[in-house]
Amino acid sequence: MDPRSWSARARDQTTSLRTVSTTAPAGDAIATLAARSLTKRFGARTALSEVSFELKASQVVGIIGPNGAGKTTLLSILAGVLQPTEGDVVTASDRPIGWVPQQAALYSKLSAAENLRLFARLEKLPDPDAAVERMLAQTGLEDRADDEVSRLSAGNRQRVNIAIGLLCRPSVLLLDEPSASLDPRQRERLWQFIGGLVEGGTVVVFSTHDVGEAERYAGSVLVLVDGELLFSGTPAELTRAVGGDPRDLEAAFVRFLHARGH
Amino acid sequence: MRWLFVKDLQILRRSPLLVGLLIVYPVVIALMIGFALSSPPGKPKVAFFSEVAPGKGKIQLGSQQINVSSYASELFKSIQPIRVHSRGEAIAKVKSGQAQAALIVPGDIVSQIQNLVTTGVGSPTVELILNSKDPLERQFADQAIQSRLNLVQQAVSRQVLKIAISDLQQVLNGGTINFAGQNFHLLGLRNSRAIVQGAAAAVPRNSPLRPALQQVVAFANLAIEGLGLSGPVLGSIGNPLTVEQTQLAGRTTPTDSYAVAIAVVLSAMLLTLLLASGLLAIERTEHAYSRLVRGLLTPGQLLTEKVGLSAMCAGIVSLLMAAFVSIFVHLDWSRFELWVVALAFAGVAFGTLGVTIGGVAREVSAASLMALLVSLPVAFVALVPGTAVSGAVKTLLDVVAFVFPFKAALQAVSNAFSGTPPGMAGPLLHLAVLAAVYFVLARVAVRRFA
Repeated sequence: MDPRSWSARARDQTTSLRTVSTTAPAGDAIATLAARSLTKRFGARTALSEVSFELKASQVVGIIGPNGAGKTTLLSILAGVLQPTEGDVVTASDRPIGWVPQQAALYSKLSAAENLRLFARLEKLPDPDAAVERMLAQTGLEDRADDEVSRLSAGNRQRVNIAIGLLCRPSVLLLDEPSASLDPRQRERLWQFIGGLVEGGTVVVFSTHDVGEAERYAGSVLVLVDGELLFSGTPAELTRAVGGDPRDLEAAFVRFLHARGH
Repeated sequence: MRWLFVKDLQILRRSPLLVGLLIVYPVVIALMIGFALSSPPGKPKVAFFSEVAPGKGKIQLGSQQINVSSYASELFKSIQPIRVHSRGEAIAKVKSGQAQAALIVPGDIVSQIQNLVTTGVGSPTVELILNSKDPLERQFADQAIQSRLNLVQQAVSRQVLKIAISDLQQVLNGGTINFAGQNFHLLGLRNSRAIVQGAAAAVPRNSPLRPALQQVVAFANLAIEGLGLSGPVLGSIGNPLTVEQTQLAGRTTPTDSYAVAIAVVLSAMLLTLLLASGLLAIERTEHAYSRLVRGLLTPGQLLTEKVGLSAMCAGIVSLLMAAFVSIFVHLDWSRFELWVVALAFAGVAFGTLGVTIGGVAREVSAASLMALLVSLPVAFVALVPGTAVSGAVKTLLDVVAFVFPFKAALQAVSNAFSGTPPGMAGPLLHLAVLAAVYFVLARVAVRRFA
């Protein structure tokens, strides 16, 4: 499948991302995931400040922002790895949230299949072996199933990493800079794979430094700067907001930051 | 938690070199220390040169002789003598390292001792040359020779006193002495007094000889009384102090089984600390910790699994080690279940310390280094005898030994091996408390993992 075909459809879903306030009602549509006034402090430093938004099914959301903006902190809170200092995360689905950390969280001495089987068992899935087979097939790693992870390429490691995040058939998949260590060919295969998930109704939220990547694959973007959510909307809305060329999100993003003193 | 346990075993199975090192290194270190503690040091090599001519090593004491040369054999009990033929050769042996010291007996040593014995003046001296390169070897050789010389001195003193007391008894009671190959009869003071008393009684009461003879009798009485006491008094000087040992605690731990306990506990500590700290640090190094504690396991379960696995591995290795060593050293196999209990408590306490280290270090190589840096001083601190250091240092060492599990584990295992006081309850309780404290510390430390 051409990743651009699903990303184009994702861009059309311009109404499903909306920011919410802690006091306002969530709205008439049912949100798959809602962040309500999330604040995270590490000592005196505020990593996130009053961040609120809602996500709905089959949506692809890119979180963009400079280094230290709070992207990983936000994803970690949504994933339940970190507890917010204030605010909360609300999920409407019974299905869990899948989380794929930035660095592959895999045991390098175990094979791809063994890693998947371990987490399938820890997830207490009813049939771990079937889940492993399903994920190997979905990620196209059947022929590398018995290879130690340390011998896999970065792209294949990332596929196993994502497969573990998908074991529990999540309604929302959180990806922290999923393509950071991949070459262009691996990146394209990754997005092809993610596209298949979106087609199946999964909400995908990813963080990235690559604004072009967000422009290509995200239907909506969240702009985080210094822990504050400065913008949420479609890439086209972001470019329109700064009066720039709607075909160049990166330039619009930089102008957006300049306009707000960053 | 079971699957995490299996996963860790799989990882260990796929790291045979690491596992081999983890087992062999602590066992070798522990056995070396155990055997070093249980084996007495060997005799130092000492170049020995005596300038005393053959057959000239005798001291004449009144009617008797002492052969000083015969006491050299006493000295050789604590050294390994290398007999040389000159002072220069003795020094060369020390310089070349073939001998740790040289002992040179001067040719006039016999006359020096003779002079001291007969006149009470002088200080007979032998020459001791020590290798100054190695301070430990120097101290070892010096102590071995000095302690044996003291014994020789005491033996010579006792022999001199014995002869002196024998001669005094003959002066007192009379007898036969051999001098220059001929026997002579000594009258003795008591016999002399009897003769003088008889003579005094025989002379007329108004004879001018009578007061003079009575004065001689009075002197004889005084001399007999004084000399009668001299034997016990001089004998007591020959043996000035007798030490009678009393064991207050009844049975004591046999040195050999205590050394085995040290080896086993040291091995268990090294293995458990390295495993527990390393296995926990791996979770962070592999970035898996956050994924695991995100609803799959609690941090407490994760720590429990690491503690359990490392304690189990260390327990098995320690028991095998004890079983092997028991071929050579007597251990009480009827108390096997107590071995298991002691090693289980020790393993859990070491395991919790290990995960604390792993939690603080957060990285495998740093965790391993920290485990080694912590464990060896902890063991040595616990093994320093309290009498070897001053009061303040002893207090400090006691505190350090108290807050780490090694000493309590050693007491528990030593007791389990031999059944000697102070019993296992106290050390086991101590280990349980330390395990609880370290578990809490580890739980705090892994908060930084996320």
